[in-house]
Amino acid sequence: MIRASVIVFPGSNCDRDVKVAIERITGVAPAMIWHGEASVPASDLIVLPGGFSYGDYLRCGAMAAHSPIMKDVISKAKAGTPVLGICNGFQVLCESGLLPGLLMRNRSLKFICKDVHLRAERDDTFFSRCYRKGEVIKVPIAHAEGNYFADPETLDRLEGEGRVAFRYCDAAGVVSDETSPNGAQRNIAGITDPTGRILGMMPHPERLYEAALGGTDGRRIFESAVISLTADAA
Amino acid sequence: MKALIRITLKSGVLDPQGKAIEGAVRGLGISNVGDVRQGKFIEVQLNETDQAKARAIVEQMCKDLLANTVIENYAYDLVP
Repeated sequence: MIRASVIVFPGSNCDRDVKVAIERITGVAPAMIWHGEASVPASDLIVLPGGFSYGDYLRCGAMAAHSPIMKDVISKAKAGTPVLGICNGFQVLCESGLLPGLLMRNRSLKFICKDVHLRAERDDTFFSRCYRKGEVIKVPIAHAEGNYFADPETLDRLEGEGRVAFRYCDAAGVVSDETSPNGAQRNIAGITDPTGRILGMMPHPERLYEAALGGTDGRRIFESAVISLTADAA
Repeated sequence: MKALIRITLKSGVLDPQGKAIEGAVRGLGISNVGDVRQGKFIEVQLNETDQAKARAIVEQMCKDLLANTVIENYAYDLVP
């Protein structure tokens, strides 16, 4: 049984989507934890959902990163509890220091809501084992601040440690400046911590977990987590 | 006293909003403008009379919340 917890911030708006996706995929409804709580119940997986926590005031994710619940999220993440941050959740992970860099305003200054191609860069990490290395998938993005930025040393470290999980690409898997929808450095759409157990990504896998939604390319993020957790337990 | 805090993007960090403002300024017919960079200005009332303590408080709030030092610099003045 997978015990997942979804953290709900004021302004989260993809919390119920990810709840339904996890419930349909794992058979168990996640606990919904309000950001004002002091602790997260014992969890196999913590999800920071998409949305506009605190109305994106100051910087996206900056206020949420200092919410009361985040102290416990950070300590559990550091102790090995897997954490998935989607869109605003990725921004919160960066602002809280669990992942390096941050998400800046899209270079077009526009809110972009569309399906994009992603290239899976890893097939062997906690959230990616159900993808093939180099596989091209299609997942929607919906953000105004998804332009990943880090200094060159940090980018090189991420690349060297194999921590780039997904890159924006075209249908053939070609990664270039033109295939970056938002200007993200090195076309980074998602990164992990050194263990691979903390994943932050701008695209929304929870929006494509069953065929009725137009595709299933996002489903394997969650299936990967289920298989990884089962392997952990064995 | 009051802290007047300025948060600006580090040089080298692209500022698309600044670029858009620059374009709009030129659109006003003002052509003798160079690079435009956008930042934030935050006023914080401090219940503190000691300058050194006030500085320590402002430093902490800037580092921990108001600025993200990956891309931003901060500067401030303390005024009565």
